[in-house]
Amino acid sequence: MRSRYLLTRLALVVPSLLVVFSLTFFLMHATPGGPWDGASTRPLPESVIERLNEVYGLNEPIWQQYWTYLKNIFTEGSLGVSFSRSGEGVTEIVARTLPVSLQLGLVAILIATVFGITLGVVSALKRNTFTDRMASLFSIIGVSTPNYVVASLLVILFAVGLGWLPTGGWDGLFSINILIPAFALALHPMALLARYTRSSMLEVWGADFIRVARSKGLPESTILIRHALPNALIPVATVAGVAFAEVVTGSFFVEVITSQPGIGRYFVDSIFARDYPVILGTTLVFAVIVMTMNLVVDLIYTLLDPRVSYE
Amino acid sequence: MSDVIESGLPAEQSSPMEAVAFHDGQGPARAAWQRLRRNRSAMLSLGFLAVLAFAAIAAPLLTPFTYDGTDFGAIAQSPSSSHWLGTDALGRDVLTRILYGARISLSLAVVGQIVILLIGVPIGLISAYFGGRFDLFVQRGIDVLYAFPPLLFVIVAMTYLRPTLDDADSGFLGVVASIDDLTGGLTGVLLAMALILWLTVARLVRGQVLSLKEEEFVLAANATGASHLRIMRRHILPNAFAPVIVATTFGIPAAIMMEAGLSFLGLGAQPPTPSWGIMIAEGVAYIRSDPYLLIAPGVALGATLLAFNFLGDGLRDAMDPYVYDSS
Repeated sequence: MRSRYLLTRLALVVPSLLVVFSLTFFLMHATPGGPWDGASTRPLPESVIERLNEVYGLNEPIWQQYWTYLKNIFTEGSLGVSFSRSGEGVTEIVARTLPVSLQLGLVAILIATVFGITLGVVSALKRNTFTDRMASLFSIIGVSTPNYVVASLLVILFAVGLGWLPTGGWDGLFSINILIPAFALALHPMALLARYTRSSMLEVWGADFIRVARSKGLPESTILIRHALPNALIPVATVAGVAFAEVVTGSFFVEVITSQPGIGRYFVDSIFARDYPVILGTTLVFAVIVMTMNLVVDLIYTLLDPRVSYE
Repeated sequence: MSDVIESGLPAEQSSPMEAVAFHDGQGPARAAWQRLRRNRSAMLSLGFLAVLAFAAIAAPLLTPFTYDGTDFGAIAQSPSSSHWLGTDALGRDVLTRILYGARISLSLAVVGQIVILLIGVPIGLISAYFGGRFDLFVQRGIDVLYAFPPLLFVIVAMTYLRPTLDDADSGFLGVVASIDDLTGGLTGVLLAMALILWLTVARLVRGQVLSLKEEEFVLAANATGASHLRIMRRHILPNAFAPVIVATTFGIPAAIMMEAGLSFLGLGAQPPTPSWGIMIAEGVAYIRSDPYLLIAPGVALGATLLAFNFLGDGLRDAMDPYVYDSS
């Protein structure tokens, strides 16, 4: 049953991607103003525009362009050519910027998962104590603060004010540069996971099977790790997909504020430059990442809960 | 509280539910309100939001400045007695811009939620009640669109909508464009948000209705010959109401965050409209020299979102009598 469910989920990925692609493609092509308007202060001569359109295939009928683009993805792995960066391939740009964002994002997801779940469990076990109140306050503040505010405040406090950390820039995975952006990306999903873990843990902690485990004389740590946590984490897994998608969309803001050379900042740059092929290409990359994450989360969900059987 | 003490119960053991029992003739809405009133953080938040809404409406009376009035004699000033939160790089009063910014955030969020409810509730309701091909179609549509993180969808939609509206000068789009102009670019944001956010509401309502329509009171209504419309309106909708209200309360901060995010990227409200997102984006440029330009709108945004989340938590606990504590 499990494998069949996953196959169904996989099969849904293809139409989903096609919809994302088509929607973005036609929206970008319906947008008024061509890619050559950027130089509006000194407009390009008509003949040059004509020539550019020819080079980039913009004179062809739109269905032709749609088909060519789709074909090129599979035959050449090409996502089109950037208009604003003198003909650099979108694929090359993605290959350059994505690794930065992936490392940053994975660190953020790691922070969010470890601290979020710990915070939620501690909160639930120390229910209605001072610790619980502080942890709950921290989570609701985390859920309420947009990542660009978090990133800005962290930069103001730790970089500008105290001077402990650099204001930004990327210097590899094991550099202190990663601390501010990774934490800014992690805070919202961390708080979300903490809130869900707390309420789910509270429910499980009062269940009969926990009482049975305790009456058998099992040590508290065994009860927590073997009996309570696996059950408490099942509902948490359902929000993990949403929580981790925040890391992807959060990169648009956090990478700009802390100047990371990642795909998020590049996406925002291309929005300002109205570089449509790049917007299209990167949107597709984001969609693939989010869908992959959702699939992984679903897989974890089915592994956590052996009762789940899908039709 | 007095009846609790009189009954001799230790205060700790009395849950809100026991303390506010259903009296004769007391409706569930009233009971929920009674429970909500005991939630200190929710009531504080409600108070804060009421003050904020009042300040937003009365902004022209509260401040001698205008949100776009530049004063080149007072550029990037620190907070002082005449400018409580200082001035920005164009000499505009920051506090004034924050008050007018509250107008944008609050009105967009509230109008946005109404639009989303108007689209999402009927679709979810009809889809689940009648089932069949329409339901399948809606479900597939929701499944496919769920692959788009809402913020990414709205960004892509606004990338198209912003220049399209700027260019339009006749016909239907022209009308939308002039409304958009009058609202400082917010109509476009509203359109883009409504296009994707109704999915969440439709999905929620659909789930509710699917279980409700199997309930015995619905079967009974059906047996007595009530029309579909009456069953949906009188028996199903009121019972699906509580989770929708809670979701709407949480939807408001989500919408505010989305608008601020779009404006931060230059795709939302158009300058000089004082959106908090624009103010934060402008503040990032002066993060070293004048950090309060960023802190002021950032704190305003954060505090508003926090208040809505506290209120949402309170409402959820108050409306579900079976959940004592699940925040």
